[in-house]
Amino acid sequence: MAESYVEHEASHPALQHHFENLEQQREAGTLGMWVFLVTEIMFFGGMFLAYTLYRSKFPEAFAIASNHLDIKLGAINTAVLILSSFTMAMAVYSTQVGKLRAQIIYLVLTIVLGLAFLGIKGVEYHEKYVDHLIPGTLIPGNPFNPDPHAMHLTQGVLMQHVQMFYWIYFAMTGMHALHMIIGVGLLSVILYFSVKGRYSPEYHNPVEVAGLYWHFVDIVWIFLFPLLYLLGRHLGGH
Amino acid sequence: MSEHIVPVKVYVSIFLALMVGTAVTVLAAFQDFPGALNVIVAMTIAVVKATLVVLYFMHVRYSARLIWVIVASALFWMGILFALTFSDYWTRGWL
Repeated sequence: MAESYVEHEASHPALQHHFENLEQQREAGTLGMWVFLVTEIMFFGGMFLAYTLYRSKFPEAFAIASNHLDIKLGAINTAVLILSSFTMAMAVYSTQVGKLRAQIIYLVLTIVLGLAFLGIKGVEYHEKYVDHLIPGTLIPGNPFNPDPHAMHLTQGVLMQHVQMFYWIYFAMTGMHALHMIIGVGLLSVILYFSVKGRYSPEYHNPVEVAGLYWHFVDIVWIFLFPLLYLLGRHLGGH
Repeated sequence: MSEHIVPVKVYVSIFLALMVGTAVTVLAAFQDFPGALNVIVAMTIAVVKATLVVLYFMHVRYSARLIWVIVASALFWMGILFALTFSDYWTRGWL
């Protein structure tokens, strides 16, 4: 028994000494990432809770504020992110079946799509900056002060409730963007080791685990898009 | 227990389903449904899309039971977070 253990350990350079074999190591890695993702779900869950609460308190203000978001850019970004999830899944698949060139191509595509998402998000943030929609005095010299006429503010709707929507919008999309930036960093490291030929059908858990994180960030956006961009469109938005 | 490799065909189908779901959710958002139906439609589509990503892109459908338990626990605690908070906020006017 002892000899076979030692033999097994020496069989693959990536096998850590505290695991019996690569299969066990892979499952432990996946499990660990999922436990982390549960904490992430709870973290974003708190913000989704705040959103639900304030939306139910100020429904008209939220619809008006939401209708001012750029639905085209939001929809394009949703498509970009879903496509990046697909290329990420293909990167994992390519590693599993040992197509190492395809693995690198798909990783590069995923990173490029992630950066495209962040670029489009940046354009949107800039539009909000120009319209004085960045809440509070987060930007010195450019406090929250939108033109009530441009916002199509109706009777009885308070601008501070519109501002509440933008606090939540920037908190949630900002946190999501931060996760995207971390994801792009993570995938860059994976890409570096991919190019060095570290991953193979026997040992690919880092690619898979980075993929799990990437897909999670995609799922957050799948909920953010309808909740933030689409909630008031049926009321005759602009 | 060796790992299951999901065929490319499945990934492509899921990708297309997610794109169609996105298009449908945008179109549905512009229809004025009665009551709270707009939110219900939007959230149903989002939940279906998220489920597809979790089951296929994240391989949970083919994963160990323990992964299922972990995922279910996240949903369970999210349920507690929402249920307890709103049982407070939405009943304050009853007194």
